[in-house]
Amino acid sequence: MRLLEYFRSSRRNTAAVAKERLQIVIAHERSEGSGRGYIQRLLPKLEQEILQVIRKYFQIEENQVTLQVEREGDYEVLELNVTLPD
Amino acid sequence: MATIIVVTSGKGGVGKTTTSAAFAMGLALRGHRTAIIDFDVGLRNLDLIMGCERRVVYDFVNVINGEANLNQALIKDKRVDELYILPASQTRNKDALTSEGVNKVLSELFERGFEYIVCDSPAGIEHGAFIALYFADEALIVTNPEVSSVRDSDRILGILASKSRRAENGAEPIKEHLLVTRYDPSRVNSGDMLAMEDITDILGIPILGVIPECPSVLQASNSGVPVILEDSSRAGQAYTDIVGRFLGENLPHRFTTPEKRGFLKRLFR
Ligand SMILES: Nc1ncnc2c1ncn2[C@@H]1O[C@H](COP(=O)(O)OP(=O)(O)OP(=O)(O)O)[C@@H](O)[C@H]1O
Ligand SMILES: [Mg+2]
Repeated sequence: MRLLEYFRSSRRNTAAVAKERLQIVIAHERSEGSGRGYIQRLLPKLEQEILQVIRKYFQIEENQVTLQVEREGDYEVLELNVTLPD
Repeated sequence: MATIIVVTSGKGGVGKTTTSAAFAMGLALRGHRTAIIDFDVGLRNLDLIMGCERRVVYDFVNVINGEANLNQALIKDKRVDELYILPASQTRNKDALTSEGVNKVLSELFERGFEYIVCDSPAGIEHGAFIALYFADEALIVTNPEVSSVRDSDRILGILASKSRRAENGAEPIKEHLLVTRYDPSRVNSGDMLAMEDITDILGIPILGVIPECPSVLQASNSGVPVILEDSSRAGQAYTDIVGRFLGENLPHRFTTPEKRGFLKRLFR
């Protein structure tokens, strides 16, 4: 009986194991290799969140916050521009 | 202005061509003027899945090279109006697809009033897959619930976001849709297959739909019928839902829980 349960439970876990392994390997691959793409993908959301934070202090329009990624040599530089109201 | 949709995956054999055929057929069934292009130069297969292999005279590369015009190469589907197929060349290799050439063909399709252009990508992350996704506005990422397919999909997402025309021009990013195919809910339940929620968690893109593992897919391909035309099949219905959702309808997911087995089925399992 015990033995049976052992096999059952180890089988039951393979999807969870797969998920965990994938999350680790993908996080690693994202942080090296194809980095730029992932930064680009994050920009719209990041821009929205930055906008929300700044709006706690200043009244600004959406187009007053811009985010850009520039490549300088080996580095990606994240450029944030906020135009404040007069 | 036409919308260019690439069906892509990185990994081979996950259901891109099956999906391209069903999806394009579904759009045409809804009355949208749709063209479907086979980018798998050298390994032409879309013609077989669409059931038009005996009507191929000229192909995509012939048009690019000016050996035929688009009219001569486009094959009109016999089952539905508004659907046209542009087959891949069987005798060339993928380098024959230059970006100027592909761009020219796409612009010509725009001029002819096509609303949707579905690009069936080859597997891999080489030139063929790059050129298939380069001009895309939206992408269907076809993924099987299996570790290597999920990882490869993530690679493709990186490429969509960095190597596409939209990325290069700093335009709005390509709109990504996850499509999980060959899904087996009973195996998900017993814990030996990744669940659709796991895959969306890992890849972080919205899910357009789930296609169950379904014997009708093979049967439909045997007879050259896009599976979406098999109204009674689960895969066909799931693809119909996907087209509906793509066009903005709010439809619940189906076929994502194990089928209730009848007594006899259980007996002969
Ligand atoms: N939902 C499904 N249920 C069962 N079988 C399926 C399903 N989807 C695809 N298949 C089968 O998987 C195989 C591969 O499908 P398909 O040719 O569409 O993949 P592909 O991604 O285009 O492959 P390639 O990378 O070689 O171009 C085919 O035999 C097809 O019948
Ligand atoms: Mg294919």
